[in-house]
Amino acid sequence: MNPLFYISAIIAVVSTFMVITRKSTVHALLYLIVSLLAVSLIFFSLGAPFVAALEVIIYAGAIMVLFVFVIMMLNLSAQAAKQESEWLTPGIWIGPSVLVTLLAAELIYIFTTDRIRLYVPIIIGPKQVGIALFGPYVLGVELASVLLLAGLIGAYHLGRPHKH
Amino acid sequence: MKDYLFLIPVLPFAGSLILALTGRRLTKSVIALVGVGSVAFSALVAMVIGYGFVTTSPSARPFTQTLWSWMQFDGYAPAISFSLDPLSLIMVLVITIVGFLIHVYSAEYMLGDEGYSRFFTYMNLFVGAMLILVLADNLVFLYLGWEGVGLCSYLLIGFWYRDPVNGRAARKAFVVTRIGDTALAIGLFLLFTNLGTLNIQELMEAATTKWPVGSETAVLAAALLLGGALGKSAQVPLQVWLPDAMAGPTPVSALIHAATMVTAGVYLIARTHVLFELAPPVQHAVAVIGAITLLIAGFSALAQHDIKRVLAYSTISQIGYMFLALGVGAWSAAMFHFMTHAFFKALLFLGAGVVILAQHEEHDIFKMGGLRSKLPLTFWTFLIGAASLSALPLVTAGFYSKDMILWQAWSSSSGNVALWAAGLLGAFLTSIYIFRVVLITFFGQTKKEISYRPGPKMTVPLVILAVLSIIGGFVELPDTLGNLPLFSHFLQPVFREQIVQHAEPETEILFQLVAALVSLSGISIAYLFFFRSPHLAEKLAQSRAGAALGRFWFSGWRFDWLYEKLLIDPFLWIVGLNKNDFIDSGYTRIASVNRALHSILSRTQTGNLRWYAMGIAVGAVVFLGLIIMLTP
Amino acid sequence: MIVTIPMEHGLILSAILFAFGLIGVLVRRNIVFMLMSVEVMLNAVGLAFVVAGARWGQVDGQVMFIFILTMAAAEVSVGLALVLQLYHSFKTLDTDAANTMRG
Repeated sequence: MNPLFYISAIIAVVSTFMVITRKSTVHALLYLIVSLLAVSLIFFSLGAPFVAALEVIIYAGAIMVLFVFVIMMLNLSAQAAKQESEWLTPGIWIGPSVLVTLLAAELIYIFTTDRIRLYVPIIIGPKQVGIALFGPYVLGVELASVLLLAGLIGAYHLGRPHKH
Repeated sequence: MKDYLFLIPVLPFAGSLILALTGRRLTKSVIALVGVGSVAFSALVAMVIGYGFVTTSPSARPFTQTLWSWMQFDGYAPAISFSLDPLSLIMVLVITIVGFLIHVYSAEYMLGDEGYSRFFTYMNLFVGAMLILVLADNLVFLYLGWEGVGLCSYLLIGFWYRDPVNGRAARKAFVVTRIGDTALAIGLFLLFTNLGTLNIQELMEAATTKWPVGSETAVLAAALLLGGALGKSAQVPLQVWLPDAMAGPTPVSALIHAATMVTAGVYLIARTHVLFELAPPVQHAVAVIGAITLLIAGFSALAQHDIKRVLAYSTISQIGYMFLALGVGAWSAAMFHFMTHAFFKALLFLGAGVVILAQHEEHDIFKMGGLRSKLPLTFWTFLIGAASLSALPLVTAGFYSKDMILWQAWSSSSGNVALWAAGLLGAFLTSIYIFRVVLITFFGQTKKEISYRPGPKMTVPLVILAVLSIIGGFVELPDTLGNLPLFSHFLQPVFREQIVQHAEPETEILFQLVAALVSLSGISIAYLFFFRSPHLAEKLAQSRAGAALGRFWFSGWRFDWLYEKLLIDPFLWIVGLNKNDFIDSGYTRIASVNRALHSILSRTQTGNLRWYAMGIAVGAVVFLGLIIMLTP
Repeated sequence: MIVTIPMEHGLILSAILFAFGLIGVLVRRNIVFMLMSVEVMLNAVGLAFVVAGARWGQVDGQVMFIFILTMAAAEVSVGLALVLQLYHSFKTLDTDAANTMRG
């Protein structure tokens, strides 16, 4: 499982980098889907087949498709792409890069101070996840459903054509 | 009977309260009914109680009535208590009766004013406060009445508050009398710390036992009380407020600034006369101040144009006479003059009010003339008042009271020639200035037509006061003219005077003749200069010296200018130094620092989404950095 | 054959992905790109949870990831509706255009 993890990791990093540097929205979206698929593979290699499947189905399958639909609806022209290239000046990258490098360094430092080894990859399948969801986490599930309801109504209301 | 003593001041207070609460919704006739009625009832009660007082035996006097305990602290508990003795009875009767007449007069005089209920509210409040002042049993309660009348004076002088001139005049009156009030308060503190009580009876007894004649504390206390009296009674050096106080309505001038409030100082000194007898230097100072004031005011009255200002200076001058009497120990003479002065001065003011109304709010006597035929009743009553003021011999009340003062100024043990001469000169000036007004206003050509004819509510009080100005003096006839000393006998238990006779009756008759002559010659000079040959007066007025003197007297001997240069300008300069208010700047600096901080911080609210995201990221980095650095 | 993957490697990956997402939020002006970058960040966090759960052999990591997923779905739907409104009002997807709440 080792090489699977590292190869998927490299793909995920590269494709995420491509996501944030593209000028065309659709290109970025497709790269994002690639990244999500790579992460799904990583999940699989960690012994979490259920969330691997979920990642593909829900994240890459539903959420990204939602993005695609909205971008199609916006009907952005070529002028928008030109606008993007104007906005993406190289100078913009300096500040955030410094900041993010610091952040990453901090996180990495925190994570590496304790050398933890992952022992036997215990495969935790859907059954255990289901039991946990209906057991100790049932309240969280209810709250999540409320959240989804709120999101539904919010999206419906905001998406209506308003008379301005 | 004496249980109803409290009604005398309470009735006007009740009237004032009713009018204050409901005045806006009442009709003018109801307002007048309440306002005048409360004083009328008070007068009625006063007369009934007075009758009961006079007919009871002297051992039952004075009447006291304690309502309740007012304050209580270590060692002294002043109470709300009234005390009626001959002195306060006379004051009460004058205040309520003359007050009643003036209220009736003003029911018609103020009819056209939209502040009708406010006027009667303040007037009733004033009468109530004044009655408290004279009926108070202890000096703390007296001080309450003292301050109350000062307040009402302010309210009534500035009655037409929309004109800032009136507000300034009211403020000036209040501030100047305040100086006197402070002196009085310090005097009360001194008396209390030294004698342990402020109940008047006990105070006088304690003072005689504890302080020898001429002791320093007595002198200081008496001087401070004198300071208070000077402020309220408008004597030199605190007389500057009274001429300006004529900005108020004429009934106010009649009641407050002629008949009652300004005599509060006289009452105070008469009431605490024991203290003044213990401090001869101060008592002598009272007489000297009285003499100086009556001369200064007399000269000033000669040069005035405004009819009310003439009467104002005349009031200052006549109170000077009362102070002169008090200063030489002629206590009952002072109170006698107070009573007659209340009659004829109120009469003169009310008559002046009629003239002012009839000449369409004109105050300048040189713009009036020939009113004798147009306003006959007013003319005759005004003439009687003027005659009483100039002490026309034998037929007027003023003659008897002024004569008594002049005689005592000469003959009493602390009197001397100079005081008598000053009084005589003052009488001469009085005749001149008042008949100047009479002749210019009522004789000669009519310069302006009548715009108002007074009704019975205004004329009947004039007639009553005129009658009183004539017969009011017959209660005290000197030995040489009938020997009927009713008045001084009545006041004997209060003052315990000894009628000191320096000389025989022949001297007294001589002095009376001199006084009569002086009065008559003053009238004739006025007649000469202002009626017969006015060109003589004009030539005098236009000469260099005459004009300068005229201006000097017109400004009241330039006291206002003096105070402005001496006191007001330095004060304003000091105030100007602190124009930016260094105490306040501490607070404003806090505010401006806050504002600066706000403008700095508000620049972080750019409305830019990425800026906010950057903020979140920076915060996260810093926070994590802290965690890394701070955990071991 | 069981080969262990050190937990910190997983977490480092998560950190790198999170960092990329953060850069994307800060740098891009287009609102759609910012939303995508937020999705990247959420995904990275989910990865961290699953890695931790796998290390301890417990199911909680996966449960947390499911919650994050749910929340991401709701957020995306509302967010995209807002994007539509933004475009309707300002006729552009530039976030700097919507700065009328300046302080």
